[in-house]
Amino acid sequence: MLAKRIIPCLDVKDGRTVKGTNFVNLREAGDPVELGKAYSLQGADELVFLDITATHEGRKTFTEMVSRVAAEVSIPFTVGGGINELSDIDKMLGAGADKVSINSAALRRPELIDEIARNFGSQVCVTAIDARLEDDGEWWCYVNGGRIRTERRLFEWAREVADRGAGEILFTSMNHDGVKTGFANEALALLSDNLPIPIIASGGAGAKEHFADAFRIGHADAALAASVFHFGEIPIPELKTYLRGEGIPVR
Amino acid sequence: MKTAIVQYNAGNICSVINALRRIGVEPIVTSNPEEIMSVDRVIFPGQGEAATTIAHLKRSGLDRVIKELRQPVLGICIGQQLLCEHSDEGDTLCLNVFEGSRVQKFVAPEGVNLKVPHMGWNTIENTSSPLFKDLAPDSYVYFVHSFYAPVCEWTIAETNYGGIPFSAAMRRDNFFATQFHPEKSGEVGEQILKNFMEI
Repeated sequence: MLAKRIIPCLDVKDGRTVKGTNFVNLREAGDPVELGKAYSLQGADELVFLDITATHEGRKTFTEMVSRVAAEVSIPFTVGGGINELSDIDKMLGAGADKVSINSAALRRPELIDEIARNFGSQVCVTAIDARLEDDGEWWCYVNGGRIRTERRLFEWAREVADRGAGEILFTSMNHDGVKTGFANEALALLSDNLPIPIIASGGAGAKEHFADAFRIGHADAALAASVFHFGEIPIPELKTYLRGEGIPVR
Repeated sequence: MKTAIVQYNAGNICSVINALRRIGVEPIVTSNPEEIMSVDRVIFPGQGEAATTIAHLKRSGLDRVIKELRQPVLGICIGQQLLCEHSDEGDTLCLNVFEGSRVQKFVAPEGVNLKVPHMGWNTIENTSSPLFKDLAPDSYVYFVHSFYAPVCEWTIAETNYGGIPFSAAMRRDNFFATQFHPEKSGEVGEQILKNFMEI
């Protein structure tokens, strides 16, 4: 049976991870490659590396890091952050990334999704959507790391993303992100039940039960989290054991 | 032992090279028929679309070279599909090593929202081959594909997706193939690659 995936997300700045890494004694706690390997050994199903560097030098460092991850880590990984055009994607895939995540660039120029699908295959294209449930009862999409609201509604944009050939949608609820009270399960279920591609839940993980809910209530195909893994609050082996006990298929 | 990865227009082979290096194998990457025929192990990888990849193989004459290989060959993903008789993807006649096997697209049973591609970790069952030596029963491997070969006489491992059983791996004589990606399947995948090197 197809397993539900658990995905740690690592923020990388100038080639170093920026969040805490208390969960395991690493000689090089800030080295994304060492951290990625440790997560892989713990049973993570995939990894996401987000480049939050702004400088040109930092970007070069990130590409080198991608090559090192590809050489040393034996599970699939996605890279994102600052991906705007096909040449960026070519560079990341050439360095050994399996998938590329795009966000603001897709909202600004939706044809980018078609182009990635056509040139590299749908499986390469993870489209990330940051959305917030507003007082008007609608989910609105945001760009630039949640700073700028767009005129696109979550569900119609997600449908378009799937129609244009994205391989997966990574949905982050801005209402839930960082609050640690669980994922946006109702919105997740609407996405998952109505779209023909896998949905990755993001934003809100604070306890093991939240992951079970994202799968059972939110019908998510995968769940992504950062701090609960980085700070050792939820060790991945413990999470997998718990989910298995709840009857959820995990690797 | 010399190992060659067949180079053709079928996507990213970087992860196959990396995985082989992790198990101590330094592969050569080549589209040269003589080189391919002379090595001890041949890996036929791939991502991509069946019709264009087979057209490319035919143009370069690699289709005949691959069919005539006598050493152990491992097809991966589209590599497995191209070793079948036919693929519905682009209505393509393939190499027909796995005679009679016809590759088709996943179609959701009535009332089921079956996500395609089949993407992620799934179990391999009913394994029967030295390729799966020293693996725990129902081990998980990593898949990304929209088309599959049904279970048939060449099947050496099965996987079920949405109620559809298919060939996760196939074998005929010296030809082995996996629909999943051993190069992305963690320790299980590395064991499978090691097993292939020892066959």
